[in-house]
Amino acid sequence: MVTFESLNFSPAIPEIFLAVMGMILLIFGVFRGDKGFRLVCWFTVFSFALAAVLLLHLADISSLAFGGMFVTESFAVVMKVIVLTGASIAVLMSMQYAQREKIARFEYPVLMLFSTLGMMLMLSANDLMALYLAIELQSLPLYVLAALNRDNLKSSEAGVKYFTLGALSSGLLLYGCSMVYGFSGTTNFNDIAIALSAMETPSAGLVTGLVFILAGLAFKVSAVPFHMWTPDVYEGAPSSVTAFFAMVPKVAAMGLLVRVTMGAFGGIAEQWQQVLWLMAAASALLGAFAALRQTNIKRLMAYSSIGHMGYALIGLTAASIDGVRGLMLYMTIYMFMSAGVFAVILLMVRKGQQVEEIDDLAGLAKYNPVMAVCLAVLLFSMAGIPPLAGFFGKLFVFQAAISGGFYWLAIIGVLSSVVAAYYYLRIIRIMYFDTAENELDRVEDTPSLFMMRGTAFLAVIFALIIWPLFHVLHEAVERLLAI
Amino acid sequence: MVEALIFYMFAFVLIASAVMVVVSRNPVHSVLFLVMAFFNTAGLFVLLGAEFIAMMLVIVYVGAVAVLFLFVVMMLEIGKVSMKEGMVTYLPVGLFVGLVLLAELVFVYLGWEMAEGAADRRLFPTPDASEVANTHALGQIIYTHNVYLFQISGLILLVAMIGAIVLSLRTRPGVRKQDIADQLDRRREDAVELHKVESGAGIK
Amino acid sequence: MMDHAFLQDYLPILIFLMIAGGMAVLAVLASWLVGRQNPDPEKISSYECGFEPFAETQGKFDVRFYLVAILFIIFDLEIAFLFPWAVSLGYTGAFGFWSMVVFLGILTVGFIYEWKKGALEWE
Repeated sequence: MVTFESLNFSPAIPEIFLAVMGMILLIFGVFRGDKGFRLVCWFTVFSFALAAVLLLHLADISSLAFGGMFVTESFAVVMKVIVLTGASIAVLMSMQYAQREKIARFEYPVLMLFSTLGMMLMLSANDLMALYLAIELQSLPLYVLAALNRDNLKSSEAGVKYFTLGALSSGLLLYGCSMVYGFSGTTNFNDIAIALSAMETPSAGLVTGLVFILAGLAFKVSAVPFHMWTPDVYEGAPSSVTAFFAMVPKVAAMGLLVRVTMGAFGGIAEQWQQVLWLMAAASALLGAFAALRQTNIKRLMAYSSIGHMGYALIGLTAASIDGVRGLMLYMTIYMFMSAGVFAVILLMVRKGQQVEEIDDLAGLAKYNPVMAVCLAVLLFSMAGIPPLAGFFGKLFVFQAAISGGFYWLAIIGVLSSVVAAYYYLRIIRIMYFDTAENELDRVEDTPSLFMMRGTAFLAVIFALIIWPLFHVLHEAVERLLAI
Repeated sequence: MVEALIFYMFAFVLIASAVMVVVSRNPVHSVLFLVMAFFNTAGLFVLLGAEFIAMMLVIVYVGAVAVLFLFVVMMLEIGKVSMKEGMVTYLPVGLFVGLVLLAELVFVYLGWEMAEGAADRRLFPTPDASEVANTHALGQIIYTHNVYLFQISGLILLVAMIGAIVLSLRTRPGVRKQDIADQLDRRREDAVELHKVESGAGIK
Repeated sequence: MMDHAFLQDYLPILIFLMIAGGMAVLAVLASWLVGRQNPDPEKISSYECGFEPFAETQGKFDVRFYLVAILFIIFDLEIAFLFPWAVSLGYTGAFGFWSMVVFLGILTVGFIYEWKKGALEWE
């Protein structure tokens, strides 16, 4: 008989808190109307902060809740704190943009909150059913957010595209889940691992199911060949929503991917390593080459993010402590760098109109040197130029690949990051050496300006703070793999 | 024997109507064939012993989803011709994807091998239908053992509600609505103005 | 295939379905067979109070129908969860009861939201 005690829901208190806050804010918002937008935004950020505090109280506990469907340990806590940080940044950066673009509706932060809740549940999912529902809770608000600017044709198109392809990927995921369930008789990750260890050679049904699950998750991290939605959705969605897309859901999806591959399917690593190898190499290459010809900066960031997911997956392909730690470090750095670049994109306003062509940045260095320097630092960091943050991300990922014996993958990674450096440098060249025909406005958007400067600063001083961070991540990964 | 016969009947009609959903020229007919497909699926579920799912299929899919599809088809005003335009170009791709999925199914069927003890590992084995009815059996686990999934479903439904309203609700300006409280609150002084009009002067 | 005793309970429904199908086929077939078929162009031309029809029968629907339908589906699903709950309440006890109360509470929040938002009004 299930009772309140036997469920042991105390590990999920941060999530429960966030869900309750979401509902309170929804009711608060609907009574205040859209003029309460800023207030709801601030309350959302406040809830994220409180949830993070609650999470950190649980940092040392590793336990199962809800009959083994929900797991929390330091890996989940670290990833969730990263996700909450990213989500807070995204909400803060949206505030002024949403008002400028007339999409400042109070549902906007509430939807972001529910999506973030879904991501936290994804990071704690320890069961195929919990995984599926968490992914749906995370994705549904994102589909709505993509189409939020509903009178804009591109925004609606982005929403529809994202939704259709997302539904398809959910279908693939469910198909895979049912196969895995059919094979192993269980949906619980721990039990799947036990079932696997009982087998000498994994059956065809199981491997097929695993591949389908990987395909569904690859869609969420936009890894090649499931990346097609990314450029269109990034371009069409309102820029502040794109910033959210680029920063947060991918961290959560990567965390989930780690838990599924290293946790439930850790016993048959050589099976999924091949799939991830292919996805990592293809993403890194496509991200590098397809971005070369982009003129729209949001599309460029879409391809850049595909490439970055490729590098992060290189770490996972190694299937080692080093590799997963490299992936976590990579995703953390990637999130902050994207936050900075998107802060600049949000600040690209000319005569009150939002612009998003790369050429609109021409001559930026002459009339707004601070913004130009910040963007240059962020782009150098993304390109992986030492001693900036991005360099360390790539370094540890490639190192893990080499120590795991994946030389070709590391070579592909290095080569594609050389190609990728070209398009980052092209933006810098346009900023510094082209002349401005029309200057961009100076927007007094304090949160975005702050994020732009803060992340650029972080990229510069990252070498100083890397070791404590490294230590935290290392411990988290060790705990994860010990279970 | 009768069971097998009924199974083949449902299965045949299901596949036939599914094909008709795709090939029929009139989108409204497609939706109606979809309803037919739902009904036959419900029949198959009954044969499997999943009575509750079967009934839900009828209530939710036939009763609500199909109606929604009809509304959408009507809303979009898709011409009979335009809907079939892409058919020829996309047919090979669609067939290819379908074939891949089919090949995978066959491949899995041939190479299927259950993990040891998979049957014992099942969390909730289906109880004997003569002892516990299907709906009752589901009720015993949904709200207690699976309370986590149940509550997330609630949140997903909430988000769906918000999403539908955010994307499709438009309030038109200048619509006069009935507001009972406002109407009852109205006093004579607010509505009636008395003027003493001098003869021949009129009201300014 | 497993032997299901309960399938016997569905026999009336099956017979009913067969009779319904049979009647439908019979009605169409009989009128086609028995009726005298002697068409001419005037007889089969469309008739709408003596005019040609002005427009397609499929008029364009307002998007508000969609909103109503989707809100209906959501509450329909909510109701669907009530059936197994109701029949097994004696077994699941207080926990099962409160579990449903929380679920209904979440959806009631949504209900307040859409009521206040005016999504249930037809202007």
